[in-house]
Amino acid sequence: MKGSLGTRLLQVLPTLLLVSMMVFGLQQLMPGDPALVLAGEEHDPQVVAQIRAELWLDRPIPVQYLHWIGNVLHGNLGYSWRIRQPVVELIAQKLPVTLQLSLMAFIIALCIGIPMGVLSAVKKNSIWDYLANGVGLAGLSTPNFWLGIMLILLISVDLGWLPPSGYVSPWEDWRQSLATTIMPAFVLGNAIAAVLMRHTRSAMLTALDQDFVRTARAKGLPSHVVILRHALRNALVPVVTLGALELGTLLSGAVLTEQVFSIPGFGKLIVDAVFNRDYPVVQGVVLVTAGIYVGLNLLADILYVLINPRMRTA
Amino acid sequence: MRTRPNCLLLAAVLLAIPAAHAAAQGAVQDAPTQTLRIALREDADMLDPTLARSFVGRIVFAGLCDKLFDINEKLEIIPQLATGYEWADSKTLLLHLRPDVLFQDGTRMDADAVKYSLERHLTMQASARRGEVSAIDHIEIVDPLTVRVVLKTANAPFVSQLTDRAGMIVSPKAAMAEGKDFALHPVCAGPFSFKERVAQDRIVLDRFPQYWDAKDIHFAQVIYQPQVNSSVRLANLQAGAIDLSENIVPSDVDAVRKDPKLKLVLSPALGYNSLNINVGHGPRANSPIGSDPRIRQAFELSIDREALIQVVYNGMFTPLAQAVPSASPFYDAAVKPPARDVARAKALLQAAGAKLPVPVSMTLSNSPDIQQLGEVIQSMAAEAGFDVKLNTMEFASSLDAADRGDFETYMIAWSGRIDADGNLWNFLHSGGPLNYPGYNSPEMDSLLDQARAVTDLPARQALYAKVAALSAKDLPIIYLYNPQNIVGMSAKLSGFSPVPDGIIRVQGMSMAK
Repeated sequence: MKGSLGTRLLQVLPTLLLVSMMVFGLQQLMPGDPALVLAGEEHDPQVVAQIRAELWLDRPIPVQYLHWIGNVLHGNLGYSWRIRQPVVELIAQKLPVTLQLSLMAFIIALCIGIPMGVLSAVKKNSIWDYLANGVGLAGLSTPNFWLGIMLILLISVDLGWLPPSGYVSPWEDWRQSLATTIMPAFVLGNAIAAVLMRHTRSAMLTALDQDFVRTARAKGLPSHVVILRHALRNALVPVVTLGALELGTLLSGAVLTEQVFSIPGFGKLIVDAVFNRDYPVVQGVVLVTAGIYVGLNLLADILYVLINPRMRTA
Repeated sequence: MRTRPNCLLLAAVLLAIPAAHAAAQGAVQDAPTQTLRIALREDADMLDPTLARSFVGRIVFAGLCDKLFDINEKLEIIPQLATGYEWADSKTLLLHLRPDVLFQDGTRMDADAVKYSLERHLTMQASARRGEVSAIDHIEIVDPLTVRVVLKTANAPFVSQLTDRAGMIVSPKAAMAEGKDFALHPVCAGPFSFKERVAQDRIVLDRFPQYWDAKDIHFAQVIYQPQVNSSVRLANLQAGAIDLSENIVPSDVDAVRKDPKLKLVLSPALGYNSLNINVGHGPRANSPIGSDPRIRQAFELSIDREALIQVVYNGMFTPLAQAVPSASPFYDAAVKPPARDVARAKALLQAAGAKLPVPVSMTLSNSPDIQQLGEVIQSMAAEAGFDVKLNTMEFASSLDAADRGDFETYMIAWSGRIDADGNLWNFLHSGGPLNYPGYNSPEMDSLLDQARAVTDLPARQALYAKVAALSAKDLPIIYLYNPQNIVGMSAKLSGFSPVPDGIIRVQGMSMAK
């Protein structure tokens, strides 16, 4: 076990190094000269040349990369070319926001998606099934952007119940924090709920058709016990896997939703950085996101080994 | 089974939040509302007047950093940190400074600070102000409240440069201590001092009690919030989450007008949108439209500017055929936008011996309104015999292509400057850094240089009239329209003065309770 874990740990560094090279290399393929963008409306050629020199943009790409990765290895992700704030500070500001939003969205998705999936499987071909399917389909096909604007217009502008946008940290004021994040979390959760609902439904339909469910029913167990304790437990395995994947996607930033609700999270940070050719921010955010993914994967592997003793010899 | 209590809990939370929020709002309303929340179209860049480049950054600076001079609604230069100026001769400018002005760190704003700030603009690496103050030869301190600025050559627009970022005076003590990190903790002599910045979320400024004009400041705090999407800015304004939004888009104007809680303030802007034609910038200048002015004139005649503005901007902008807007004293009323004349356009194409349809590639950025402008021009020009291919790309890429000369025609806007020189020299002079068309006319160069050197207003007006006529004849740039600054705000706000530069000045503004 120790050996396999050691191998996994050893794989982390090359993976991150590869990610860093890829993001650095791909960035160079983007059209548009960062120095020109940074020089603003009146880009004086002399100023553009100075910016290039200051940011090492006039050096060969491998030299630029080594300079950057050398700093990263010393814990320095550089600073934003556009606003001059250190990238580490920017990430520290945005990560908790994205984390809070993702978790809230995920909880909402679970609370809507799984019960709806179960209901629609159990009441197959009934009005409930069609209704749940309809709601699921609507959730999948409604663009987040549109739903966000509609919710703002209805709940904030017309009813005045919630603030239309912005973000307040829960440590500052938890009520305001919930008030500002509940709508975007719902918008994000709604789309994932639809996916979860569809998967729960099909997994439940398969489970409900199996022998152990028939046995449970034959034993005279009440219907809700058969459905929730026997069928759903088995059906949840693929759903949980899917849920974990969706959570990962949420963590890497929900660009449109963050844009509509002016939530200063990861998605907004990286999109703005790409448009402004703020390379250190793009590189820093991608590297940290990749690090989170790799870290979570490693954690899952460790847990897997701990839970399933048969894996220890593998 | 365990999901049920979670759902009940969530439902309870969902119901409780609006109530909690309403209670919190009620509590806030009892206290005096002294915070002004301003929505911006994007996040500002570096908060250092020497390094800053974005337009919205200038709006934040209006709260943070006073300038030597300001401008008013009529584009007149008015005193701010300087009480006045005089030309000792055509190259020597004397600046008289306001006494008893403090920076937000408590140090004194005096001649030393002015000299330091202007020299910082000139010498700091990657200074974005260098071009604006490059006319300076050296600066002398006459006494603590008088500065002598000696220019290399006579330069009439120089004082107008001091009404913007080049005229912002920073605290030398703070700037020396912070170096390049000054942008993270800027210290100036404006009405509000820097409190905090959360990138892409907010910039918070607190009232500076020792501000020299403190009696005109009626807010304890100003918060600038970037909200990129125009619908989101509108919704926030309607919901009362912000008090003022710059850059309301024309399609949202009716919604603001209809809302009794809101009001709209319009003012003509200083800038323009234009179609730059590659007439001498690399091999792509050898296109039909780039090589023959008659084909360019035909193209211009195929465009109905009024209809274009009506379709894309609800008719809110003004057709324009010169670089200077009608609000400027340098506007030449004789150069009117030509009316659409397809027959004449066809005749011009025939006279030029052009093979129909004339292919034209138009590079433009991918924002929805700009794309729409391109599409409307495409269909208008088709009727005159042009085959316009739209080459849409993201803004940074389009700028790069234009800079390399990799375009036939390029649509780009300019935010505008108060002096005509700022809208012309850089674009039409053969040595201008923004001369994308590669236009090289000794006559134009000479006119632009003369207009820079002469300080007499009627003489400058006459020179700029010649510039406008020559530009309309050679057509390296087809000017399309002059936009308006459209500001939406809470009806409770008063005292806002709409200056054509589109900057939100907090002085004099107040909010009814």
